[in-house]
Amino acid sequence: MALLEVQNLRVRFETHHGVVRAVDGVSFSLEEGETLGLVGESGSGKSVTNLALLGLIPSPPGVVEADRVLFEGRDLLTLNERELRSIRGNRISMIFQDPMTSMNPLLTIERQLTEVLCLHKGLSRREARKKAIAGLGDVGIPSPEKRIDQYPHQLSGGMRQRVMIAMGLLCEPRLLLADEPTTALDVTIQAQVLELMKALQHKHGTAIILVTHDLGVVAGMSDRIHVMYAGKLVETASTSDLFQLPLHPYTKGLLGSIPTLHSDPNEDLDSIPGAPPDLAALPPGCSFEPRCAWKAERCSKERPERLTLTQPSSGAVRTSACFEVQRLLRPTQSGVTQ
Amino acid sequence: MTDTTPLASSHSRGESSGPPLLEVTDLKKHFQVQSKGLFGGQEKWLHAVDGVHFELHKGEALGLVGESGCGKSTAARTIVGLYPATSGSVRFDGRELTTLSPSQWRPMRRRIQMIFQDPYASLDPRQTVASILGEPLKIHGIGRPARRKIHAMALLEAVGLNPRHIHRYPHEFSGGQRQRIGIARALALEPELIVCDEPVSALDVSIQAQVLNLLGELKERFGLSYLFIAHDLAVVRHLCTRIAVMYLGRIVEIADRDELFANPTHPYTRALLSAIPEPDPERERTRQRIVLQGDVPSPIDPPSGCPFHPRCPKYAATPDARCTSLIPPLEPASPGSRHEFACHLERGPA
Repeated sequence: MALLEVQNLRVRFETHHGVVRAVDGVSFSLEEGETLGLVGESGSGKSVTNLALLGLIPSPPGVVEADRVLFEGRDLLTLNERELRSIRGNRISMIFQDPMTSMNPLLTIERQLTEVLCLHKGLSRREARKKAIAGLGDVGIPSPEKRIDQYPHQLSGGMRQRVMIAMGLLCEPRLLLADEPTTALDVTIQAQVLELMKALQHKHGTAIILVTHDLGVVAGMSDRIHVMYAGKLVETASTSDLFQLPLHPYTKGLLGSIPTLHSDPNEDLDSIPGAPPDLAALPPGCSFEPRCAWKAERCSKERPERLTLTQPSSGAVRTSACFEVQRLLRPTQSGVTQ
Repeated sequence: MTDTTPLASSHSRGESSGPPLLEVTDLKKHFQVQSKGLFGGQEKWLHAVDGVHFELHKGEALGLVGESGCGKSTAARTIVGLYPATSGSVRFDGRELTTLSPSQWRPMRRRIQMIFQDPYASLDPRQTVASILGEPLKIHGIGRPARRKIHAMALLEAVGLNPRHIHRYPHEFSGGQRQRIGIARALALEPELIVCDEPVSALDVSIQAQVLNLLGELKERFGLSYLFIAHDLAVVRHLCTRIAVMYLGRIVEIADRDELFANPTHPYTRALLSAIPEPDPERERTRQRIVLQGDVPSPIDPPSGCPFHPRCPKYAATPDARCTSLIPPLEPASPGSRHEFACHLERGPA
């Protein structure tokens, strides 16, 4: 059985400008110890998906619905607040993008770290402190026994993010939701934090959903990648398949948009024209159609369903929500069958 | 462009080997963060920019890269006169800028313009696009109002926006479109040099590519020179022909683009290059990453000697007394070379 199984998750916000469908029918599953990269640009619904899983969408204005969200066999959406609290921070924990705003500036690192241990594991303050110091040591904080008595503002950005990771992992959760965990960090610090996350995942066998806009980060971190656009999963594939042969025009466009250390600097980047659509006024057909270089006639009229495809080299299953997927299969590299 | 537009590629193209357009020599900018108290005590200074020099030739795009707090934005702002320099010299087309009075600066502003990072904060929300783009011309007394409007429309077209949207307000545009308005404003006075301070880092990837392509195209079309500030080396590599890497207020390495990426010499440049995640799973799996230990030290109390030595993997492997006592000078790799770096250890034994 999968660790997490999400069927047809929908999140909408009822605003003055109309109903915003931030997440619109997202389904996926996640195995123990697996890392799933959830990629998309601002407003694609990737963060909202994560928040919805933990029941963190404020209602009103938000409305969360799904056929089911099974975690370790229990449907998270049917749990009451007390039951959810026993899972949050314990079986599932979350790391946020900005460690400065997601820690309480008035509490010492010790208070923030030991809260989960006292609450979920019933440890005494003394035991919890000991465990928290060990946790800080695990994430590479120098002299943790001194740092634990400091306040968040006394730490650098990279150290705060490591404290967040330590906090997320203290109860040895089965699932870690990491929302842009390194976006606010400099590249050299990002490299430290990513290495650390990998090492800790290896040690504890934690599954990770890594939400990011950075395709470089997911390339090195995740087993599978889901690409989101305007609230929908437009493509899902294993990391190597996705980069080798993207099968959705949006994924292709994203990959072409990134300047890399190996691209030809004299060539223009293959940018995607236009801007993401207004989620309160989506076009009737495919949401990507107005920006798409591969569009055909039906794309502006019908919404494409996710097609399941098989990669013959590995037998791996991948999906793409595009009517024109056959044209994207270049003859030289294809062999992917429907 | 139609012939109603006052925009024309008036400047000559390409690089020249003549005198540099911009010459920055030993530029320093220190901020006082703590003054002497009533009863004495220690003054504290933040050494944001601590001796930067480089030359920028006409038609060149020079990238200034580094991590947060390395002083790259402060250097840019000091160069354009938004901060008074603590010491050092900035010469533009042979003219010293650091000693100019505000009224002497005004004619120079026509020639040096700036593009800012945040497209939301850098446009006045209560002005229409026509007024935002017309204002530089108004200030400099160029053209009559009707003429200015035509100019503004031509500018919008040049940056890929619809000229009919001239009477809209900034909030009616998306982030990428606002950045295009910021670029149009910088172009309004037909400057020779544009200082771009992280112009694409607030934008989504697909929009970032559009704006990078636009900046490249405008540079060719109007014969512009760029001083391009960014933290992303891949972005800088795409647009700039010469790249300077900064660390704690100093340039640690500067070279032409291809040379820098082929032969990165300073240990910091190497670590920075190896830390960039690449959208290529095969490469990510096999590459050797140099993970630096620790954080960037505070520029209030920088380390003695080479500012990078506490994190330097090369120093850790082969400690050398020079690294902790002497600040390494930025010198050519070989006599006359355009590749310069500041490292005792890479320079060889004393």
